[in-house]
Amino acid sequence: MIRGPSPALRAAMVAVLVFLYAPMLLLVIYSFNDSRLVTVWAGFSTRWYGELFRDQQMMSALWVSLRVAVMAASAAVVLGTLAAIALTRLGAFRGRSVLGMLVTAPLLIPEVITGLSLLLLFVAMGQLVGWPAERGMLTVWIAHVTFATAFVTVVVAARLAQFDRALYEAALDLGATPFKAFTQVVLPVIAPALVAGWLLAFTLSLDDLVIASFTSGPGATTLPMVVFSSVRLGVSPKVNALATLLIAFVLLAALVSWWLLRRRSVASAPSSAGDMSRR
Amino acid sequence: MTGPRARWPWGRWLVIGIPAVWLTLFFLLPFGIVLKISLSEAAVAIPPFQPWFGMEDRWLNATLANFRFLLTDNLYVAAYLSSLKIAAISTVVCLLLGFPLALGIARASPQWQAVLLLLVIVPSWTSFLIRVYAWMGILGNTGVINTLMLGLGLIDRPLVMLRTDFAVYVGIVYAYLPFMVLPLYATLVRIEPALLEAAADLGAGPATVFLRIVLPLAAGGILAGCMLVFVPALGEFVIPELLGGADTLMIGKVLWQEFFNNRAWPLASAVAVVLLALLLAPLWLFHHQQARSMGMGR
Repeated sequence: MIRGPSPALRAAMVAVLVFLYAPMLLLVIYSFNDSRLVTVWAGFSTRWYGELFRDQQMMSALWVSLRVAVMAASAAVVLGTLAAIALTRLGAFRGRSVLGMLVTAPLLIPEVITGLSLLLLFVAMGQLVGWPAERGMLTVWIAHVTFATAFVTVVVAARLAQFDRALYEAALDLGATPFKAFTQVVLPVIAPALVAGWLLAFTLSLDDLVIASFTSGPGATTLPMVVFSSVRLGVSPKVNALATLLIAFVLLAALVSWWLLRRRSVASAPSSAGDMSRR
Repeated sequence: MTGPRARWPWGRWLVIGIPAVWLTLFFLLPFGIVLKISLSEAAVAIPPFQPWFGMEDRWLNATLANFRFLLTDNLYVAAYLSSLKIAAISTVVCLLLGFPLALGIARASPQWQAVLLLLVIVPSWTSFLIRVYAWMGILGNTGVINTLMLGLGLIDRPLVMLRTDFAVYVGIVYAYLPFMVLPLYATLVRIEPALLEAAADLGAGPATVFLRIVLPLAAGGILAGCMLVFVPALGEFVIPELLGGADTLMIGKVLWQEFFNNRAWPLASAVAVVLLALLLAPLWLFHHQQARSMGMGR
């Protein structure tokens, strides 16, 4: 596109981006406010960060959330990659459209329904087969794997659709087993999508409140559950501090990914424009 | 595919079978259980409903009472209608805000496109809960807007914005805007600039070009974006709970309250079944579009 956005369009873009970022910027500013009344400025202070790290309940919930998120993202990447291969690379098979529906539906089912239905499943299974005996980290993990798999499948399938299948077939013709051809030829090509899918599943799991509230049990309180119960009645300076740390972490990740994108487009300099616009 | 199948016959079925079994067990089967419990009678027991079989007086102890209750009690009908209204209006506002942004990104230089897209996506990498929470400090009676306007002398006493439907709209639009922008951008960026220039050369004004070329070509992205906002907004719980008032009726909140506060599992299940029925048409549309984009439609 030669012609850039018109001045009016530029102004609208800036306004919408300000709308997206201003609330987060305010959270960052108020996290350094000394006052307990969040919106009354009483001088710069880092006391809420100290209080945040001394909050045993939040710290142990963070640990639970991180463990669940790492394990759920890892399992979702495996399941999602298998589903993506089945849907894009295996040709026709009986039940393919059913599998396609099973994979895309969790993207759009309201969280309250997913949470309720999984809880009722766990209760019914507990009654019938005695497993899971009680709800906790394991049931939250199962729930998170199930809904994160859908997101991973979409990300990996998009990448697989671009993969030149002749490469895979050449490896088979040269005597590789399908497993070896997959790990040595396909996997390196789709690796960026696997990383992106893992990160997406990780953030989804780390952020989930509704599904975890339904499927969790005593001793497996996740961080969003603690945050939710502390902000339900009003703003909390400790949560502002937590939000600031999270925003800083995400901005850092965004800068790194921007830098990587840039480096790659510089490395393939002549075709950089085409390379970027295809993304 | 004959080669790999002959050499590795069970690999294919493992690849299909593992995700299929997982999703059947943990996604499809639970809906069957929700449906079953929605047809059960409530009971003071653990779990709080009566079994279908093994009751003394009747052979099959299923009932439509929960659904009858939903349809006759005004609260539930009002909650469904109010959710539909809030989700629909929020979707339109998202489209109106998201379209200029997506169009602007699509018309930027490739380097800028990458940066702007990142700017749109980054907020959704932070926490949904935190982003909704941020508005509590902005809209509250002692929040940023009221403090500012009182300080400037524009108002005498704080405007009540938090715990109203207005705050719910703001929260939904804010939280779901990125989901509108991304599919819109994906279709808008594929429109050939030459097409627009040709139309302009043939005498079409900017409005005609927009209405007769850009909009029809972006229809797929508009549909996908609207779906990605409308469907989750319809069942939203966190936003009405944190930003809405006691009188903000949304069905996700009603389901939560029936389940957690009233322990009415059969009624909560019936609420879920009706909500799912409302979503069937949009879900079916979305699935077909998704299938096409995954190359399955052929």
